[in-house]
Amino acid sequence: MTDADGNAWRRRSVLAVVPPARARKLAKVPFVELADGRLQGVVSSGSDIERVYVSSLVAGTHAYHCSTNNNRPCGGLRGAPCKHLEALADEAVLQYGVDRVARYLRVDAGDGVGSGTDLLARMDTRHEPTPAAVVFSRFLRHLAYLELPDSTTALPELHWFPATGAVR
Amino acid sequence: MLSTQLAQLQQSVPVGLVDADTVVAGFDDALVGGFARVGDEAAAALAALAGAMAGTPLHDRVTEAVGKVTAGSFSQEDLASLAGARSALLGAAHDALLGQFDAAVGRDRAPRAASIGVTVEASAPRGAARAWLHETAVAGWRGVDHDLLSAVGAPVEAALAEPGLRRLAVLLDGLAAELRASLPVAMMSQVPARRWADLWSRAVLLAQDWSGAGDVETISGRLFPLGVDIHEHGTAIGVQVHGVLEPSDGQPARLVRTTVVAAKVETITGPAVWRLLQAHPVLLAALAQRRVLTVTDLPLHGGDLRWLDGQARVGEQADPFATARLLLAPAIAAATAPLDRHPAAIAEPVLLEGYTVRQTEGGLTAEWDDQQILIAVDRLPAAGPLTPALVAAASCCLGLLRWDDGRWLVQPLAVRATVKRKPVEAHNGDWAEGVTDPKVAKAEAKAGDAVAVLRERAGRLLRR
Repeated sequence: MTDADGNAWRRRSVLAVVPPARARKLAKVPFVELADGRLQGVVSSGSDIERVYVSSLVAGTHAYHCSTNNNRPCGGLRGAPCKHLEALADEAVLQYGVDRVARYLRVDAGDGVGSGTDLLARMDTRHEPTPAAVVFSRFLRHLAYLELPDSTTALPELHWFPATGAVR
Repeated sequence: MLSTQLAQLQQSVPVGLVDADTVVAGFDDALVGGFARVGDEAAAALAALAGAMAGTPLHDRVTEAVGKVTAGSFSQEDLASLAGARSALLGAAHDALLGQFDAAVGRDRAPRAASIGVTVEASAPRGAARAWLHETAVAGWRGVDHDLLSAVGAPVEAALAEPGLRRLAVLLDGLAAELRASLPVAMMSQVPARRWADLWSRAVLLAQDWSGAGDVETISGRLFPLGVDIHEHGTAIGVQVHGVLEPSDGQPARLVRTTVVAAKVETITGPAVWRLLQAHPVLLAALAQRRVLTVTDLPLHGGDLRWLDGQARVGEQADPFATARLLLAPAIAAATAPLDRHPAAIAEPVLLEGYTVRQTEGGLTAEWDDQQILIAVDRLPAAGPLTPALVAAASCCLGLLRWDDGRWLVQPLAVRATVKRKPVEAHNGDWAEGVTDPKVAKAEAKAGDAVAVLRERAGRLLRR
């Protein structure tokens, strides 16, 4: 619901400002987020179950990097984003939709852009090493949510956050 | 709820509600721009907020705080005074609206007996949250940037680590995620000014070194579930079961709610969220199988029954529609805790029957001969079987009456409908023990097990 002044949201307490993330398979890319001014996340290594790659792309400047969580640079970076970055962008588009990813990264998606790889192709990207630690610790924090104990005390603030999305 | 009751409810708006709403909206607009430099319009809005406190114990403090904020030099205490004033106004709006509802349907409500709470020792997470909320108020929603949102991580993490601060943690995390997704706020076509100011004000109050009263009594008896309201944001899933509790000591039945909340991540969504609540198998069984619960010595705080799964047993079948028809009207409701009062917190179970659903400009409405009420189809969870189509086909609905943006709405929790000439019944909790709809189950299976994948990753990477 919108009106001419774009004021429909102004006095509403409960509304879905952000559409809920869409479900996607997590095996290859367990973690994607738009945070800290970056598209960032973690991509599981195809060959070694113990190894993960940390990939990131900065909003606006479109500087990218990919390395293992121990800061060893990804061997796939040869003057262009590697397959991990492509997988990261593809999964981000699945999770958030192409519009939200494009808006966050400040890139003009235009017509015919359906996947994250398409979106990457439209950016003037450049490589710039960044430490993996920040992103990796965000991933660990993300995983730590699943270890938190349940709560059985009333949480009245959740009235502002109705579950939604029943469109089948 | 009869159409005559609905008529009484909707015939007038409580006196003063529109004025209160205008004052709050002025404050909300001021917070969009932030308090770094308070312009004339914002200064007038803040003065109106102080003016609205005339004759109350808050007046002097709020007037002083408004003066300091307008002058540009203010403390966290000043912001707490403003948040308190705004909450007092909306609390009064809540009381007036709920009073109107109680009068219309004849619902008895026990007054609040518990004390308001006590001050507690200063805690670091609360202090960090207050500092962040202060910075946010200075910046205003339009001034929020990546750095400010990265800075909320520490207070959220610290608050999550303390079970007593879960409310604050869940609220801040939800607000921050929304802001993060909305950057740059200046580019948004519309800013959810009321909503974000609601969340900010509540967070400011929760971040004070203060604690609400503990459990006041314990109760045993039979709990007949009416329906389940599902809440979710990126990192939290909560189910709130509304039901009628028949105390075993023969006291009158009470209208109660019980809540279980689990932490999650945003990629776990839809029916999968039930799997995060498996520490409460008895509750889930009662929801999925529509059964009564026998509970022993559960703490009761106002209308909030604290759930202890080990002290509950599943009993015989209990049709929630029958519960609503027979037990809801005489049950005694409880007053909400003073600081939790807000129109958005109104969630009153009602049974609506004999209506037809019509698609109008504003959305789906339930209509009787002379009455109508908007149906909140945007509150149908992906974790349950209710869909807009099913709701549109229904003529009988168990729901929660809510208030938002100046009107009453009904949020369906369960419906009885006729689909392809066959009667269909669906409840929000039907999938609590697993999806029962083969089509949805197949889609779920195809998407893979998000919980298992992340637990495997956590097991391998987290404890090193």
